[in-house]
Amino acid sequence: MAHSYTPGLRVSRCVKHRTRRMLPISGEVTVSVGDRVAAQDVVARTFLPGPVIPFNLSNKLGVAATDVPRCLLKEQGDTIRKEELIARSPGIFGLFQKEAYSPEDGTVETISQITGQVILRGAPEPIEVLAYLAGEVVEVIPEQGVDIEADVAMVQGILGIGGEAFGKIRMACQSPEMTLTPDLIHNDMRGQIVIGGARMTGEAVKRAIEVGTAAVISGGMDDQDLREILGQDLGVAITGSEKIGTSLVITEGFGDIAMAARTFELFRQFSGREAAVNGATQIRAGVMRPEILIPLNSDEVTPQEELASEHGILEPGARVRMIRDPYFGLLGQISELPHELTVLDSGSKARVLTVNVDDGRHLTVPRANVELIEE
Amino acid sequence: MTAKEKLNPDDLNVILATDCGSTTTKAILIQKVDGHYRQTHRGEAPTTVEEPAADVTVGVQNAATEVGELSGRNLVDGDGNIIRPVDGLSGCDAYISTSSAGGGLQMMVAGVVRNMSAASAKRAALGAGAIVMETIASNDKRKPHEQIQRIRELRPDMVLLAGGTDGGTVKHVVQLAELIAPARPQPRFGGAYKLPVIYAGNPDAADAVRQTFAGENIELAVIPNVRPVLEHENLGPARDRIHDLFLEHVMAHAPGYPRLIEWADAPIMPTPGAVGNILQTIAERQGINAVGVDIGGATTDVFSVFGTEFNRTVSANLGMSYSISNVCAEAGMENVLRWVHIDMDERELRNRVKNKMIRPTTIPQTREALIFEQAVAREALRLAYVQHKEFATTLHGVQQQRTVGDTFSQSTGGDTIVDNMVLDLIVGSGGVLSHAPRMEQTVAMMIDAFEPEGITCLAKDSIFMMPHLGVLASVHPQAALEVFEKDCLVYLGTCVAPRGQGKRGKTCFRYQIKGDGIHETGEIKVGEMRLLPLAMNHTAEIVIDPERGFDFGDGPGKPVKGIVRGGTVGVVLDARGRPLVIEGEEMDRRQQITDWVSELNVYE
Repeated sequence: MAHSYTPGLRVSRCVKHRTRRMLPISGEVTVSVGDRVAAQDVVARTFLPGPVIPFNLSNKLGVAATDVPRCLLKEQGDTIRKEELIARSPGIFGLFQKEAYSPEDGTVETISQITGQVILRGAPEPIEVLAYLAGEVVEVIPEQGVDIEADVAMVQGILGIGGEAFGKIRMACQSPEMTLTPDLIHNDMRGQIVIGGARMTGEAVKRAIEVGTAAVISGGMDDQDLREILGQDLGVAITGSEKIGTSLVITEGFGDIAMAARTFELFRQFSGREAAVNGATQIRAGVMRPEILIPLNSDEVTPQEELASEHGILEPGARVRMIRDPYFGLLGQISELPHELTVLDSGSKARVLTVNVDDGRHLTVPRANVELIEE
Repeated sequence: MTAKEKLNPDDLNVILATDCGSTTTKAILIQKVDGHYRQTHRGEAPTTVEEPAADVTVGVQNAATEVGELSGRNLVDGDGNIIRPVDGLSGCDAYISTSSAGGGLQMMVAGVVRNMSAASAKRAALGAGAIVMETIASNDKRKPHEQIQRIRELRPDMVLLAGGTDGGTVKHVVQLAELIAPARPQPRFGGAYKLPVIYAGNPDAADAVRQTFAGENIELAVIPNVRPVLEHENLGPARDRIHDLFLEHVMAHAPGYPRLIEWADAPIMPTPGAVGNILQTIAERQGINAVGVDIGGATTDVFSVFGTEFNRTVSANLGMSYSISNVCAEAGMENVLRWVHIDMDERELRNRVKNKMIRPTTIPQTREALIFEQAVAREALRLAYVQHKEFATTLHGVQQQRTVGDTFSQSTGGDTIVDNMVLDLIVGSGGVLSHAPRMEQTVAMMIDAFEPEGITCLAKDSIFMMPHLGVLASVHPQAALEVFEKDCLVYLGTCVAPRGQGKRGKTCFRYQIKGDGIHETGEIKVGEMRLLPLAMNHTAEIVIDPERGFDFGDGPGKPVKGIVRGGTVGVVLDARGRPLVIEGEEMDRRQQITDWVSELNVYE
């Protein structure tokens, strides 16, 4: 049977999911294998070295670099306080001495005899890594982090803004085709993960930020609105560090596009449940898509689903969504996968497939312009 | 990396080569036909570094399977491995690959003086095929704590540190090391990754640098100085070490690459390195000045050879899929749309641009979508070329002697060595140029973006084969050259255009063209374009008599004589002037573009 590979996003009612939680630098892991952790439990912590303050004592004291160690009143590793005297030049017969005072609290990290530079290190900043996924610790990477595993309902979005967020799922729209407008965002949605339907309007996002939602999830959004929210054009799809007051995830794409019915139903089914969201996206190698994870109770775990989209195989009968204009967002079923190249309206030759669209049309589209979906 | 047995060129009759781009994995099959190597089949598949596959070899298998189906030769076995050696109608004798997937190689470079050691370090990194994320220099006008903050924010794959001539001052380069070490740059592959730092500065400072980095999560490699004396650069060792570390560290951490490295019968090359190899070969063999461009999904690479000077720049974030949104942001939508002659809704277009960014493997299906993408391509190419001209000053690529006088002029900012008037050949490659449905479109994009002056031959890489041939040259140079000459370059024609500007409608130049199948004289007015047919492998002599204010290389108003080469499109007489400015109100602008498009049969 003719088939072809295509990428797809994961939308799953029940899947065993493993997430790796790592410190940026070595530190202490606070949990053990077998521990059950909640999403906001600390699993590892460390201290990020404080800011570095280069301090050129050679210039400050007017001595040669090699003489700097002799002038120092502190040693490598010593703790110092702001405005504490740390060095004094010998002067001439004890006269005309020059003194140097510490610009910050911290420690003396290195003293260079070559450059006459002393590196002072500010107070360390504590860093804590949260579990993010409520589940079981299945592996500890000593001094680095842990792997946590849980049975979850999982939705991968196409693009997110902002980092990790936690809260209860709250439906704001009644159908996947409904636009998420500001009147649908209420004050009691503070700290919750708000689920829209089709496009989230810029006004709705502003209202969500005002209310203090944890995250807003919807089918699409306008680029124009995103630019206003970010205050700049998003040049490349590498996100996660934005601080706009809430995390955002679009599940389908830009423009007026309804959330996939299956995704919407999944959210509706888990309305009121705790979930974790990560808006971080990186559409480059080592690709990261934004995700929403809903930990399942043991009685909700069903046999693992075998999704066609996971195999990434296009074949007749498979459900697809068109992901490029002029048919962006349309859904249908593959009817044929002709082997030979076909000339498109653009004049290019490409491998195509034919789709019986749900609205009754029969369309020919490039294979590159569809993605598999499950409904 | 596993040790490979050296391939014997005489044993190679069937070669499978792939290029794993950030969007598409392209496979070609090269076979010995009647004693000559020819590229016989090609196939492609989306690159699969993304979930759910998250394994680059899946895309390679898919592309190889397609080549197999088309050629009737089974190349992939039941376990998904590439079959070797040839056994009847199955397998190949060698499998080779290049790669730019994974966002390529991202480096930070540091040097003492911005225009000297830091510039040399940057050239070494670029020459090796890297994207330079940041250049730190002692005199870059930032305060040390700002530099440290910047280093802390970056996630480089590798750091190159240079500074000081051999036997010269030690202090400044050690000072730089003292900034980098405590900043502890975090690699993007996470805590377990030991960040490679290459030291290529004054060898007298090596011990102090080593001491400075001791105890950090860093793998330090000390290599010969990139700038041993002021007037001499030695970039080769740095470039080689970058290639080694790219394979051993960076690629080994990308999804599926360990298996790809295992499969390949020759070291995997970064795609830009391979394209650069081939372009230098053409320029040397033909004794010409050439510019090559490779416009990819994430980045655009520009290569130039002027005289003996080779330069390469990578414009990170100027590309046609991952970076398409950035092209529109950097150029401004009004600059993109100035190339469009049909109605388009800007709000809708902005959403489409973002949708292409988040689903980078899609292709334009309609004529309107194609026109828009080609408008974006013009701007991406134009911006990349501007960056290349700014970088390729009196400086150079791999290794060069320079005089002390040059060094002084360099410190005040040398002139660009890229001169469109003496440029002989532009080679375009990358999906949007190579796969344009009509060659006239490729010609139009190249002329609009590069604005060639005088007489300039235009060619394209027929099916984006230059990367494959670049790496093939390292295994079998003869096969690479044979395929290059017979199957790779497609000559599109020649652009004839003067430098200078005038009033639209006034005479720009008169011409007389005489040659294979053509004998014509005429006059062309400022603002016009004209296409003269001249077939592939045909040449003609052209005599041009420009009006005052227009220069074809011998000075304003001076007549010139030259040879034009035919091609699939022909000879384009371009009297729009240089620099190229599109003037007028919206309706007027649109009419001008419509006239040019129709004269060149761009979208018929």
